[in-house]
Amino acid sequence: MVIRVRRSSQVPSSEITPESTYLDRRKFLGATAGIGAATFLGRGVAAEETPTHGDEEPNSWEEITTHNNFYEFGLGKEDPSRNAHTLVTEPWTVRVDGLCAKPGDYALEDFIRPSTLEDRVYRLRCVEGWSMVIPWRGFPLADVIRRAEVEPRARYVAFETLWDPDQMPERGWKPRIGWPYREGLRLDEALHPLSFLVVGLYGKTLPNQNGAPLRLVVPWKYGFKSIKSIVRMSFVRDQPRTTWSSDSPREYGFYSNVNPEVRHPRWSQATEKRIDGGRLFGYRRIDTQFLNGYADEVAHLYEGMDLRKHF
Amino acid sequence: MVLKGAIWAVGLAPVAYLIVGFVRGSLGLLPVDTIILVEGRWALVFLLATLAVTPIRRLTRWNRLARARRLLGLFAFFHASVHFLAYAGIDKLFGLVAILEDVRDRRYITAGMAALLLLVPLAGTSTRGWIRRLGKRWLKLHRLVYPAAALGVLHFYWKVRADTFWPLLAALTLAVLLAARSPAMAPRLRRGQRSPGGKAG
Repeated sequence: MVIRVRRSSQVPSSEITPESTYLDRRKFLGATAGIGAATFLGRGVAAEETPTHGDEEPNSWEEITTHNNFYEFGLGKEDPSRNAHTLVTEPWTVRVDGLCAKPGDYALEDFIRPSTLEDRVYRLRCVEGWSMVIPWRGFPLADVIRRAEVEPRARYVAFETLWDPDQMPERGWKPRIGWPYREGLRLDEALHPLSFLVVGLYGKTLPNQNGAPLRLVVPWKYGFKSIKSIVRMSFVRDQPRTTWSSDSPREYGFYSNVNPEVRHPRWSQATEKRIDGGRLFGYRRIDTQFLNGYADEVAHLYEGMDLRKHF
Repeated sequence: MVLKGAIWAVGLAPVAYLIVGFVRGSLGLLPVDTIILVEGRWALVFLLATLAVTPIRRLTRWNRLARARRLLGLFAFFHASVHFLAYAGIDKLFGLVAILEDVRDRRYITAGMAALLLLVPLAGTSTRGWIRRLGKRWLKLHRLVYPAAALGVLHFYWKVRADTFWPLLAALTLAVLLAARSPAMAPRLRRGQRSPGGKAG
């Protein structure tokens, strides 16, 4: 079995083009040397040294896995790391349905197998005003969409997180956002090469609190768009209802692109706290970049749109 | 006195917890957020406790409780101040523009800031000297505690996103404490005292 771990450094954004995702040959050779040592979702995958750039060092494993928003496992940042061990990720089935030629229930292994896994370092900007740099492992969302043979009528893709009260402690009588958690993308956003389906972190299997076994990562949007523990993808004609924008339409739009110019009723989006364990208070305050620094790649998706209106 | 000692202990415990937690690194990745959260909660707890003194005293006739009221109120102000200083000083680095923008654009911060500002003159005039100097006006001035508490609860409610249980419980508690002061409830509670208008007793 040949597994290629492609390198695509996402930082700085200006270097990212779909073409730049090609493997650096030496890295590839170095990486393949380790094949067989690690098993990854049943596949031998070489862990590759994580690409880094400048001061945007990836956050530590510890940081990435103990500071999570995954409300099904509690509202505190540390709750998911304490509670998500009850999530059962094997077996896992992903339902693909809606306007496509190949709908069906896919076992996770079959869902992933046709794709080539890549390591990508992305910035993650939470709408709450904090951010991290995270070395994900996954494959382009576009792979899955192409395999599903989407009908031309489909304009959006809707995603759903698992909702199983037996595995998730946040149930019962307390007022809550509606479950299951839902998100969505316009089809052209979903087809963009930066849109990434993630199964691993730091070359290891994705921890439950980070959205195991399969999550979306859309790095130019606020983190809540990057839906976790996906059980369903539907191709639809109309803009799907998404959890936070239904809960508080004034605060969360469907697009939710990172944009320092668009004020949020709760948090200033002009700057962000980059989690940094070396600092006294655990972060550096830095300016937030338009589209989280990925404008060169994705700004064309929004040409002619008023992003204050379509926030 | 035991009661005051207990209030001092409870009043200072959150700060001790936060200091120890900060040093040990157990307040999460963003300890400032934890400090703001914990101190905000305790400010509200002490504010509601202050407002509970009179109804409880009347119900139980435990009159010594009244002596604890000032201390409870001062701890409410203390925690509200730490809450504010953690936000303004650590999070915003005393950036006046950013803070004023927050006050203008974010209703929960508008409400919280208003609540804190209302508490300032109350804390400032809490001494015996001021009580004597202001006379009847002191009582009038200290009625500001009601809008301050209402704004504090509103601040909490507006801040919370998904779990409105605690803010609603705080609102309910405040409503009960205010209802206990209403003229309708007063005759019951003020057994033996003159009620407004002097009709009932």
